[in-house]
Amino acid sequence: MSELIDLTAAQAAERVRAGETAAAELFDVYRERAAADGLNAYTWVAASAPPGNGQGGTPLGGVPVAVKDLFCTEGVPSQAASKILEGYRPPYTATVVAKLRDAGAPLLGKTNQDEFAMGSSNENSAFGPVLNPWDRGRVPGGSSGGSAAAVAAGLAPWAIGTDTGGSIRQPAALCGIVGLKPTYGACSRYGMIAFASSLDQAGPLTRDVTDAALMFRHMVGRDRHDSTSLDFPGEIELPRSEDLKGIKLGVPEDLTGAEGGIEPGVRESFEAALALAERLGASIEPCGLPHAPHALSAYYLIAPAEASANLARFDGVRYGLRVAGEEDLVTMYSRTREVGFGPEVKRRIMLGTYALSSGYYDAYYGTAQKVRTRIADDFREAFERFDFIVTPTSPCTAFELGSKTADPLAMYLNDFLAVPMSLAGIPAISIPSGLSGGLPVGFQLAGPAFSESRLLGAAYALERAIGFDGSKARA
Amino acid sequence: MLDRDQVLHVARLARLELGEDEVGRMAEELSNVLDHIEKIRELDLEGVAPTSHVVDVVNALRADDPEPSLPRDVILAAAPEPLHDGFGVPSPGAA
Repeated sequence: MSELIDLTAAQAAERVRAGETAAAELFDVYRERAAADGLNAYTWVAASAPPGNGQGGTPLGGVPVAVKDLFCTEGVPSQAASKILEGYRPPYTATVVAKLRDAGAPLLGKTNQDEFAMGSSNENSAFGPVLNPWDRGRVPGGSSGGSAAAVAAGLAPWAIGTDTGGSIRQPAALCGIVGLKPTYGACSRYGMIAFASSLDQAGPLTRDVTDAALMFRHMVGRDRHDSTSLDFPGEIELPRSEDLKGIKLGVPEDLTGAEGGIEPGVRESFEAALALAERLGASIEPCGLPHAPHALSAYYLIAPAEASANLARFDGVRYGLRVAGEEDLVTMYSRTREVGFGPEVKRRIMLGTYALSSGYYDAYYGTAQKVRTRIADDFREAFERFDFIVTPTSPCTAFELGSKTADPLAMYLNDFLAVPMSLAGIPAISIPSGLSGGLPVGFQLAGPAFSESRLLGAAYALERAIGFDGSKARA
Repeated sequence: MLDRDQVLHVARLARLELGEDEVGRMAEELSNVLDHIEKIRELDLEGVAPTSHVVDVVNALRADDPEPSLPRDVILAAAPEPLHDGFGVPSPGAA
């Protein structure tokens, strides 16, 4: 029944609900594909579906979901792809995973990622890199690289990931699928192993925009376990609009100009998508986001600063790895952390600790927080004139494995177009706009806080017009 | 920009032991990144309030109703060295 894997998750759920396909069969087809994963996309695969899966007419019809390793799942390995959490099986389940399960999307497996979500290539994983299904010599993007590769390759109907500074959108772009970073606070962070708490958001990685809307609808909501989560205003509608009449799109030249380092093939695909948007009735105009080019710098102070505090909990006392010896407490902490953390995580802890240290706090962290205010103000002003801001998601297509690992700054520059939205806490979606040199290109739309329904609607109309074919990655 | 002593000082603050080769590499890599980041210090940010959080929520309180916690043995099952119903650690004063 290999035709099952050509269905979107929404189509598969509909078939199960209509009694045309058994949820058990659907689960088994994907379970077998996940277990035979040749991309290193999975770190763990479920042995079987939960009892009663797909029965009782659940909204998600028993269509299983792949979950990024950093979501705690009760009794199931959850180590954020870090050696320091080796053997950890949490005693509780993250809220969004529980919500999806309760809506009828059981856990299919845990997916590989950059360690603690720090990276843009999925090469910083204790489990080794994930391969891009479009070209196995290339990276899938990161940090949710396993989730993106699994969905693109048809090893999962859909997946969830987290986005701190592009970690859903960029791998979605590089793998030719849809990735939504929701408004900060839309989804509970409870049970997500924390990276940068003021930025981290969970969101869907899916084959198409309809799947993203369907899944997102069952992820949102205030959670008493996360005091920064909020009730989502209104219902999340499944997208239907077929045109973009009256929609005003702003192109921020501060980001899409020379400084962004956008590859010619990516620019071509972006401009072709803009032309399609215009044909669908949208108006397109340049828009200013004068502080957005500084977002990357602010991000690489704020995120590591928060990470250095969050990762203080990994000290060999309560869970995971301990490097023991005949020594004192502080030496045990330091040795455990030396052995347990990979090079990128150490770099970020060092950067963050430095930025927060006495004498540097105001110059670095304090300045970055003020830049963050400016960036949020820029977006607020832009949304007075425009419905959405559009950019390419990533300046480049999937790059070769190992090509940027020696230069951390070059790797960070991948996030240039994605971090401004993260700092402003606004929703942004990446959809495939076509291929460049045989590799997928992502098109990013960003809207005001809690505009997801409208954002998904516009993305849907554009997706239909683009007509991207991702089937090659599933072959 | 960052020298070896600064790297070692920050590593001590972060409770991170670094190998000899890591210290030099870290100094170079962090200096490169900081050189790039430095640019934001040239911006005019006079009178701008800092943003630590984008959600407009102040004092999110819940009802103060007691409820059961996870059982002690469940939590201790994940610990590297459970000891007398607690977490065993080396003595702070040893060595």
